[in-house]
Order: sequence, then C-alpha cells, then structure tokens
Amino acid sequence: MGKKHKQVVVLPCSGIGKVFGALARETAYELVEKVRPGLATLTCLPLLVINDPDAVALVTENPVITIDGCPKDCAKKSVEAVGGQVAKAYEAIKFYKEHKDLKPEGLSEVNDTGRELATVAAKEVAKVVDELAAGEEK
Amino acid sequence: MDIQVVKVGIVSCSGEEIPEGTLCRLACRKVLDERPGETVTICLPLFIAGGEEERTFASNYPTITVDGCDKLCAAKATEMLSGKPSKSLSIPEILKKHGLAPPTKLRHFGAEEDAAVKAVAAEIAKAVDEVLEEE
Repeated sequence: MGKKHKQVVVLPCSGIGKVFGALARETAYELVEKVRPGLATLTCLPLLVINDPDAVALVTENPVITIDGCPKDCAKKSVEAVGGQVAKAYEAIKFYKEHKDLKPEGLSEVNDTGRELATVAAKEVAKVVDELAAGEEK
Repeated sequence: MDIQVVKVGIVSCSGEEIPEGTLCRLACRKVLDERPGETVTICLPLFIAGGEEERTFASNYPTITVDGCDKLCAAKATEMLSGKPSKSLSIPEILKKHGLAPPTKLRHFGAEEDAAVKAVAAEIAKAVDEVLEEE
C-alpha cells in the first residue's frame, strides 16, 4: 500500500466552447461540494499555466485526477508541464457514452440532464478519489 | 477586392476555484454568442497544451483578456505565451465600478447573479467595440 493522502486534486477542463468541458467542470464541482467535500479539492487550471507556486505545489504533492473536455487534454498536459503526475485521466465524453440516456447540453454550464450525468460521473470518480486517498493507487 | 474581417479574441480566466471564474466564463460566453461574427475564443491552457496555431492566437487576433482575480492568469499567460493583449479586464474592478457584490457560488448561477453577468458582458462588449474601432 502506498502513501495515504488527505487531499486528492480534481482538475477539470477550462473550456467554454464544448459541452463536455462544461460536464467536466460540473462533475468536479459535484465531487468537491457534495460527494467528497474536504477530500477532493480543486485549483484553477490557468494557475498552472502561469506556474503559480501554490498551485504547482498542490498538484505535485498530492494525487491528481484530470477530467478533460476534449482530446486536446489540456488539464492532463498542464499538470505534466509543471512536473506533476496524473494518477487517473478521464475524458468527460466517457460518462456520456456509458449513460446515453443522459445527454448533456450547454457550453458554459450544463443543463439539468447534464447535472444528472455529472452526479453519476462524480460517484464513479469518487471511487478513484477514495483509492488514491487510501494509497491504493495502481 | 479582398475584404478582411477582423475578429477580436477573448481569453477568459476560467477560474474553476473561485465564483468570479464562473462569472468570467458565463460573461465571455454571452459575448461570444451575441457577437459570433466579431469574436473568437481559445481555452487558456491550450497555450501550453496546444500547438503553434494556438500559441499564435494573440498575434492572429487583437485579444481581450478577462480575469477573475488579482493573479491575472489570463493576462499573464496570454502575454507570456502568445502575445500582448490589446486590453485586459478585471472582474473585481468591473463589479466595483457597477456597485455589484461578487458572486458567492461556483456553479448554477441564476437570477441573483444575472446583473453581474450582464454587467461584465457589457464591459467586454464595449472593449470589443473599442478594439474593432482601433483596428
């Protein structure tokens, strides 16, 4: 078993042009505010772009889960660019592919169906959050 | 004769960790939706995660950055990795100018936050007009 962690960083996509970016953010907010408050934590992705020391420390000293909105994988690549390692990388479209009955809509925020999908997605991601916090990452 | 259409780039801070970031995203999106022929955007992290095309964004378009806090990620990242912005806007300054309170939640903005979204969007639209006049 690996090192236990009090915080697991969840970094979503920053985009305002695609629905899966908005779904990624909604999933991260659901995790941080409702599903795993106090354990899952966020930082602003652009802080990594400007090499903010606190944000860089957060993602290099704690396990990180990224949720990207498109194949450009900005969240994952931004963590790697500052020397962090991504423990688990998601693309938000995966959640829709697994729950085709919940089609999200919206660009800067998702609609009610998107919120429902984010709730389902957050519960799935929470399992990985728990594993990483317990030092059970593979 | 070729007619060159100038579009203004809008770079939003995105700020996932702060309510002003959500306000920023919503206001930028509103302007992009209302001025589709005159505006274009890029996801800020693409300056690092993207290729040459993304990094030349601020050279290709006169760019307005919109930041949610005094860390000024959008302005700094654009200048550092792409090119000097034509204008840099700050959400806290816009809210102060309009006598509006900062938002307090990260998501699910509604009627309570509507005035702030409209005020920020109006300031961005005004900046777009000014940049287009200068071009």
